[in-house]
Amino acid sequence: MDIALSAEDLAFRDDVRNFLDTEFDAEMQAHLKSRGSKGMVEWQQKLYAKGWVAPNWPVEHGGTGWTATQKYIWESERSLRGIPDVVPFGLVMVANVIMAFGTDEQKEYFLPRILKSEDWWCQGYSEPGSGSDLASLKTKAERDGDDYIINGAKIWTTYAQHADWIFCLVRTDNSGKKQEGITFILVDMKSEGIKVNPIIGIDNEHNLNEVEFNNVRVPAKNVVGEVGKGWTVAKALLAHERTGIAGVADIKRNMRLIKEAAANEVNGGQRLMDDPGFQQRMADIEVELMALEFTELRTLATMAAGGFPGPESSLLKIKGTELQQATQELRMEIAAYYQGVLPTDMDPEVLGHEFGSDARRAFMYGRAATIYGGSNEVQKNIISKYVLGLE
Amino acid sequence: MNFDYTEEQQMVRDSIARFVQDDYDWDTRRAIVNSDEGMSRQNWQTFAELGWLSIPFSEADGGFGGNIVDMSVVMEEMGKGLVVEPFFPTVVLFGGVVARAGDEAQRAEILESVIGGETLGAFAYVERQSRFAINDCKTTATANGDGYTLNGEKVVVFNGENADKLVVLARTSGGQFDEDGLSLFLVDADAEGVSKVCYPMMDAQRVANITFDNVQLGAGALLGTEGGALPVVNEVISEALIALASEAVGIMGTLNAKTLEYTKTREQFGVAIGSFQSLQHRMVDTMMAYEQAKSLLFKALCEYKIDPGSAEATIHALKVLIDRNGKLIYGEAIQMHGGMGITDELDIGHYAKRLMMINTTLGDGTFHRSKFIESTYAA
Repeated sequence: MDIALSAEDLAFRDDVRNFLDTEFDAEMQAHLKSRGSKGMVEWQQKLYAKGWVAPNWPVEHGGTGWTATQKYIWESERSLRGIPDVVPFGLVMVANVIMAFGTDEQKEYFLPRILKSEDWWCQGYSEPGSGSDLASLKTKAERDGDDYIINGAKIWTTYAQHADWIFCLVRTDNSGKKQEGITFILVDMKSEGIKVNPIIGIDNEHNLNEVEFNNVRVPAKNVVGEVGKGWTVAKALLAHERTGIAGVADIKRNMRLIKEAAANEVNGGQRLMDDPGFQQRMADIEVELMALEFTELRTLATMAAGGFPGPESSLLKIKGTELQQATQELRMEIAAYYQGVLPTDMDPEVLGHEFGSDARRAFMYGRAATIYGGSNEVQKNIISKYVLGLE
Repeated sequence: MNFDYTEEQQMVRDSIARFVQDDYDWDTRRAIVNSDEGMSRQNWQTFAELGWLSIPFSEADGGFGGNIVDMSVVMEEMGKGLVVEPFFPTVVLFGGVVARAGDEAQRAEILESVIGGETLGAFAYVERQSRFAINDCKTTATANGDGYTLNGEKVVVFNGENADKLVVLARTSGGQFDEDGLSLFLVDADAEGVSKVCYPMMDAQRVANITFDNVQLGAGALLGTEGGALPVVNEVISEALIALASEAVGIMGTLNAKTLEYTKTREQFGVAIGSFQSLQHRMVDTMMAYEQAKSLLFKALCEYKIDPGSAEATIHALKVLIDRNGKLIYGEAIQMHGGMGITDELDIGHYAKRLMMINTTLGDGTFHRSKFIESTYAA
């Protein structure tokens, strides 16, 4: 039972601080703001050059080989500076699937490209008729010589408008149970017959899309894992997704921003920060957050020791997203009337407030967190079945 | 970074678990609770022989020299078994004060007999009006030339019924609420002028209201510096809060396990009630509540090990979370056991009542949330 940092850990922390303070400079920050996905790619390539873009990959594939403590230090220092985490679809999600189930050819081709952020990935799971009941998916892939022909549609596809590749669950067989006959396949977004239809979100932004497949021809060698075993592949991926989803470091940063903002807001002569009611709301969140941080650390430590994440890991997604939303809600309250401000180029001086629109955007986009990656209700079904053993 | 227990800690855990399993079944415990003293002297001797009573005390004082994690292991296992013998009041509170405030002679005299199981102790710090404010103290100790004269009353003294020796918090100077001017005194429970009214609590603890009527104390009764007791008492309380949280975590895990088991076997409408989604999701909630409490306990343990002072905010937070999650867990445990859950016969209600007493001991969740806010958000 020990969290004291060793001399090596402290030296590592200095390295991390040094790197981030040098590389995440004003220019980089400006690029991230103004250049959207291109800015993000630029940042990920800087991380790649340092060898730090994939903390969770094995060393043989270009991972860092960091200990649990080092990962924790990295996360803390990153979020402290408000640096966004890497886009997960390639570096976290599909990479893990390829490493676990892919052919040598797939590994050799895709993994280095993912590592260098040469390809932007998106995830084709949900369909207009298949949300939480993912196994009911209908997008069809029919064998035709060395290819599959895909027909159907995927929906809620984040960043499909930027993507070079999409990893999809498709139905290759209709005869058995609905979990059977699903196949995991990689599709080039430039393929003929793919159409991306934007969906404007509740945050008034374009992050989500519908992706249509009309007779899209995909080489059969792009199947990952066995044909018909896509459900097993998807489940393994969900376990990976689950452990990385708590985002404690980012919630901690939100709490710091909340305190700063609440110290500047004044209500009837009293700082919001000194309002006992507001203090209690903050305390209730922070107490859970302090606990969640150690729940995450327990998971990291177990995994670093080569073990499977224990029952504590399964609550990371649920608690993490609940707390994310709780902090987003508090920011909205701090912004008061200004929480309603739509995206605007207006100067904050003229407008009268600084972060109302950001708070609104984060709050609105944040609604998705308890829905994606398996809604929190589905998470509870999974935990009750696989952790508690309830049928 | 690791959250593992050492081999030695694992051995202590196993030895307490074995004791509970072999010698502390529910009927045995019930008979002990209903006995005259509400505890078993024989068990207490066993605890001494197995070394459990020596764990927090330094090797120089004849103890095991354990740290906060060792203490936590013991308390968690005692929680799982709902052990009523007065480990917390004697070893953690009474022993904790003597070990910190006592001089060499006092420590030699008292701790050896605590470790050996010969002396049962109690720490008398609560007064009728004081609620959770330790500094709110009307009991006085007046210097009288040779020593002190003690007057006043302490209430809800844990283990007050069976304690041979007391540590009493009394005012040697200042007003009722002053933080300075508090002192600690060793008092024999049967000294002249000491009288007590004993009563059992819902968690089977035997407590007492103890009155001190011109009790004459020698100069050697003073523990630590005259007037400077509060910082020492606060140190003991910090450790005691972690100990209580550890016991609570043991209880919460046990309540969850028993409830889960029950919902897998109890059938209604022709199926196990655990097959109902409305219950499943609530049991996920109680599982998360337990894991979160355990995580925060780990944080408190790790920080306390590095520097007790650095754990202050975390310890307040821990008491808040134990209170909040404890209420959820015992509430759901009772509810899901249905009619059986509200009987005296079933153990569920007894675990719940101990958790409720833990929640109120040394400050409840509301009190510690205020303390957390004070220590974290002070302007």
